[in-house]
Amino acid sequence: MAERSFAKEVEKLRLGDGETFHGEGILAITKALLQCGVGYVGGYQGAPISHLMDVLADAQDILAELGVRYEANASEAAAAAMLAASVHYPIRGAVAFKSTVGTNVASDALANLASGGVTGGALVIVGEDYGEGSSIMQERSHAFAMKSQIWLLDPRPNLPSIVKAVEDGFALSEATNTPVMLEVRIRACHLYGAFETKANRRPPLTVREALDNPRRQTDRIVLPPAAFAHEQEKIATRWPAAQAFIKEHGLNEVFGPSAGRVGIILQGGMYNSVVRALQRLGLADLHGDTQVPLYVLNVTYPLVDDEIAAFCQDKDAVLVVEEGQPNYIEQAIGAMLHAGGGTTRVFGKTMLPMAGEYTGQVMLEGVGRFLRAHDPEMLAPEHRAPNRPRGPQPAPELAEIVPQRPPGFCTGCPERPIFAAMKLVEKEHGKRQVAADIGCHLFSILPPFEIGGTTMGYGLGPASNAAFHGGGGKRPISIIGDGGFWHNGLASSVGNAVYNEADGVILIVDNYYSAATGGQDVLSSRAENRSKSTNHPIADAVRGVGVKWVRQIDRTYDVGRMRDTLAEALTTPEKGPKVIVAASECMLNRQRREKPLMAAALKDGKRVVKPRFGVDEDVCTGDHACMRLSGCPSLSVKTLDDPLRDDPVAAIDQSCVGCGNCGEVADAAVLCPSFYRADVIRNPTRLERAMTRLRQRATRALAGWRQRRRLTFAGDAVA
Amino acid sequence: MTLATEPDAAAATPVAGPHIIKLAILAVGGQGGGVLSDWIVQAAEQSGYAVQTTSVPGVAQRTGATIYSIEMTPRTERLPVLALMPSPGDVDIVVAAELMEAGRAVMRGLVTPERTTLIASTHRMLAVSEKIVAGNGIADGEAVLATVRSAARRFVGFDMDRIAAEAGTMISASLFGALAGCGALPFERAAFENAIRKGGRGVEASLAAFARAYDRARHADAADAAAEAPASPERRAPSGPQALVARWQALAARAAAFPPAVCDMTMRGLEKVVDFQDLAYGEEYLDRLDAVLRVDGETGGAARDWALSMAAAKHVANAMAYDDVIRVADRKTRAARFARIAREVEAPADAVVQLTEYMHPRGAEVCSMLPAELGRAIEARPRLFALLDRVVNRGRRVRSDSLVWFTVLFGLAGLRRWRRRLLRHQREVAHVDEWLAGALATARRNYPLAVEIVLCRRLIKGYSDTHERGLSKFDRVLGAVPLLVAREDGADWLRRLREAALKDEAGSALDGALRTVHSFAGDGAALAAEEKAD
Repeated sequence: MAERSFAKEVEKLRLGDGETFHGEGILAITKALLQCGVGYVGGYQGAPISHLMDVLADAQDILAELGVRYEANASEAAAAAMLAASVHYPIRGAVAFKSTVGTNVASDALANLASGGVTGGALVIVGEDYGEGSSIMQERSHAFAMKSQIWLLDPRPNLPSIVKAVEDGFALSEATNTPVMLEVRIRACHLYGAFETKANRRPPLTVREALDNPRRQTDRIVLPPAAFAHEQEKIATRWPAAQAFIKEHGLNEVFGPSAGRVGIILQGGMYNSVVRALQRLGLADLHGDTQVPLYVLNVTYPLVDDEIAAFCQDKDAVLVVEEGQPNYIEQAIGAMLHAGGGTTRVFGKTMLPMAGEYTGQVMLEGVGRFLRAHDPEMLAPEHRAPNRPRGPQPAPELAEIVPQRPPGFCTGCPERPIFAAMKLVEKEHGKRQVAADIGCHLFSILPPFEIGGTTMGYGLGPASNAAFHGGGGKRPISIIGDGGFWHNGLASSVGNAVYNEADGVILIVDNYYSAATGGQDVLSSRAENRSKSTNHPIADAVRGVGVKWVRQIDRTYDVGRMRDTLAEALTTPEKGPKVIVAASECMLNRQRREKPLMAAALKDGKRVVKPRFGVDEDVCTGDHACMRLSGCPSLSVKTLDDPLRDDPVAAIDQSCVGCGNCGEVADAAVLCPSFYRADVIRNPTRLERAMTRLRQRATRALAGWRQRRRLTFAGDAVA
Repeated sequence: MTLATEPDAAAATPVAGPHIIKLAILAVGGQGGGVLSDWIVQAAEQSGYAVQTTSVPGVAQRTGATIYSIEMTPRTERLPVLALMPSPGDVDIVVAAELMEAGRAVMRGLVTPERTTLIASTHRMLAVSEKIVAGNGIADGEAVLATVRSAARRFVGFDMDRIAAEAGTMISASLFGALAGCGALPFERAAFENAIRKGGRGVEASLAAFARAYDRARHADAADAAAEAPASPERRAPSGPQALVARWQALAARAAAFPPAVCDMTMRGLEKVVDFQDLAYGEEYLDRLDAVLRVDGETGGAARDWALSMAAAKHVANAMAYDDVIRVADRKTRAARFARIAREVEAPADAVVQLTEYMHPRGAEVCSMLPAELGRAIEARPRLFALLDRVVNRGRRVRSDSLVWFTVLFGLAGLRRWRRRLLRHQREVAHVDEWLAGALATARRNYPLAVEIVLCRRLIKGYSDTHERGLSKFDRVLGAVPLLVAREDGADWLRRLREAALKDEAGSALDGALRTVHSFAGDGAALAAEEKAD
């Protein structure tokens, strides 16, 4: 069950002809797929595509009604491989994943798919995780399209354009027997907007029907000599067919006046930012009516030579707006115009930065620079020669005060105690070489834990420690999450560690979900999923591939046990990989699951226990040792109204979920006795009530007896 | 506190602008920024606006800083072209869900004095980097407040988190109320409230927080700020048996005769030590301060605001009221504690509250609780000591609301009567006397340095390992005193050493600072090194 439910929203997928859809980009793409008669869908979660996978999972009933097969794939490679169904069968298929990390993983299958080509439309929806908020290395998907000759769509970021791109993509794919990649940037995925819907279409041939009539075509299979023919076919047939289709159906768009000394060629995804820059320069209005000619590449690969030639004709200079690097499009256009003997000068990365996100400010500066240099008369005086540097005044004093706020473990996260335990082990047994994987556990790299040195890819944590697995004085540790484990880790990381007799510790963090991507279920999830098979223990899988030393910890909050198990793994004479499966449910998802149940139980008058932690502020001395083993958002510090106390003391706010980490850490690290856990029991049993009354009477009597024999200062007076 | 600055009356009218209202929300993951932006979309659509919103959730959602961008314009036949992210200098309204996020908005240039209305909750949600400092790492909120206020065309700021908490909801509701109340958006109040109703979850609580924030933002003026200033609590006389109160009054009278500058701190210190032990202990405290005052007077303290006595009043009290098992047991069995906790965890009257304490006594603590001779005898026998440690050194989860464990703790607290005979006490007293004597001796040669010596007591805090680490830092810092006593800048250097010691747990900053001190003062020769260090 995913972190966010789209159960309500997916009803919008049923909208019919001429109705208006309001919602997020991700949901709009799903609706577009159904309107196009898609036969099967799949993918792998990861921002910004996670919600698409969640939408599909929540829309299973609607998909089933239409005869559409949905598969939650094991990885991006598996997702791309699923498109094999469109090789021999005229069935439209779509898969979605995060790019470029997902595209990296998928590239083997994508290359094979592109070589043999497709019969049914094959659409690869890539969520481009680039720029602010991105969690991955900064690269472009463009290169994958170029190397495998997959057509790349980059529609203008508004819902009607994105929906149209899905339709165009399938048609283009079928017209050219080539898979098509639809690139949607992170903000476009989460864009809220509207578009006019069409009725859903049942696939003309469902995968179920196809099974009854199996087909194969030897020349579509990637095997010599067909593979050599495929390469020729890509160049001789599919490429020109694609250019002809794009031109004929007007997939790229031209805006603004037909004449002009300058023009801008841009990726469709950059359209709104370019128009905003023009709006701010006084050259475009609210609706995007522009005085500067724009050639919008809704298809960024392949380029259509004669469209470009026509656009550039009679222009002195064009600006190519292409985000990220290398500047493939700019290079191609430059070469194209040069070869054609044109005189139009091409600018791109000389006006705009070579690397980095094209934010509003960057775009404003770049477009302004270009126009000032090549057609200054267009600009109003204040833009032609600005008196003062544009933009707001910086506030340098703030930079020194305002703290960074990187993402971290959530309140009550079960991974926090694991790393607290690792910190304690570090104190006792010295620092270790630690390799990390992909997932929430990566937050351990930042303060307060500062554990983990590299992250090489999903499921590759232990594999990335391979060089250190030959033995040595201090055994290395690698960390992998359950998501990574099932994605790729079982074979690449654990299985091969057995095979190579790796002398290292592998810590598998099992939080019952693919948590970092939004809480999707995986094989080892504990939830009962109505359409998936879950509850396959990681420890069984690990033993199954031959690991001898396996320890399962079913409550990560037991910091002492966590610490001792790690210490044992680091010191045991046992050969081969030492695997610890540290399992506790992701707190974000657990809260989401339990809160409604608790509320319902409370309403029904049932007994409900709600734990919460607190700090006795007069016992806390304010050294913050507990914070250095926590970083929990609900554990903070507060300044006391007491001039005797210099340092702020620990304080726990209302967001505490009572996970227990504070108390466990205070105990395991022998910190201090200031933490207490308060279990608030609502609707207690009659016995509990009676016992409590008795206890209270007795303890109050004792406390009162002492109070009457001493001085009581204001703070301790009984209210 | 409500802070509002309005440079001109026009600011109160809605942003007309070039037909597009540009709004950015800066929140911390988990604060409900997504809910807030959904509500704004609803309110805008109801009011006949075309609206577009985007965000970058992903992993940044996990407690990190997050930005939501919303643009809206009156709906027409044609679709507007709106941007997908806020640009510096081009934002009409910024909503910041926390004070430092408001600072971040200004840093990013999203707030401009010409056009931006900044709506910010002035509460703090501390970043990890602020919390893990051993001393006080909290960023200077006042400085940020002053800067962000002057950076905006109009600033609407108050503690919206508290309003939300009091209404039992998330801050998104009070931010929405402030946004509606300040009038920066040209929508009717009903449109905002309908948006909340349409959301459908926790509607009543959200509407309550909305309404309170709405009113605050609407009537934001300086008068509010004054009303919210906390009244400084008057020092009330303690209650208790008449005889004790009478003796207290005598002590209080003695403290009241101290120089006015030192008086208040002395009273607080006196309360602390008397509460820790007894009235006789209070007398000891005043005796120590008398000695300090005497030296202070002889070394020109009157002209220095009695800095030495002031520091001593505070730190002698803290040192005398050290953190031992008896004190912890005492604090945990006070009559008022249970009710205070029930209030803090918001337990309803009909609920049962059970308390679990996390204790981890070690052999060392138990030994220090024994009569001094016995404790020393055990400590002198390593095997016996190890045995004791093996028996007691274990985490103990103690149900302090149960009769058994309450009684145990109560009994431990009762050891107070014999505290003076216990090993820990004798050690602490010796430590205090040595430290104080050192400071007083220094005062005659180097008054500012003596003050710094007293202030170094701040380094000793915590329990078990933490306490030992603190003690060792204290010793190492004070170990530099002989090198500094003849120097005019000695006090300055000791202060630097202390600050370095508070920087990190391992004490590497202190090591560095000590190396520097030794480099110029170690053999009195390396004058060049000193200049380099400066």
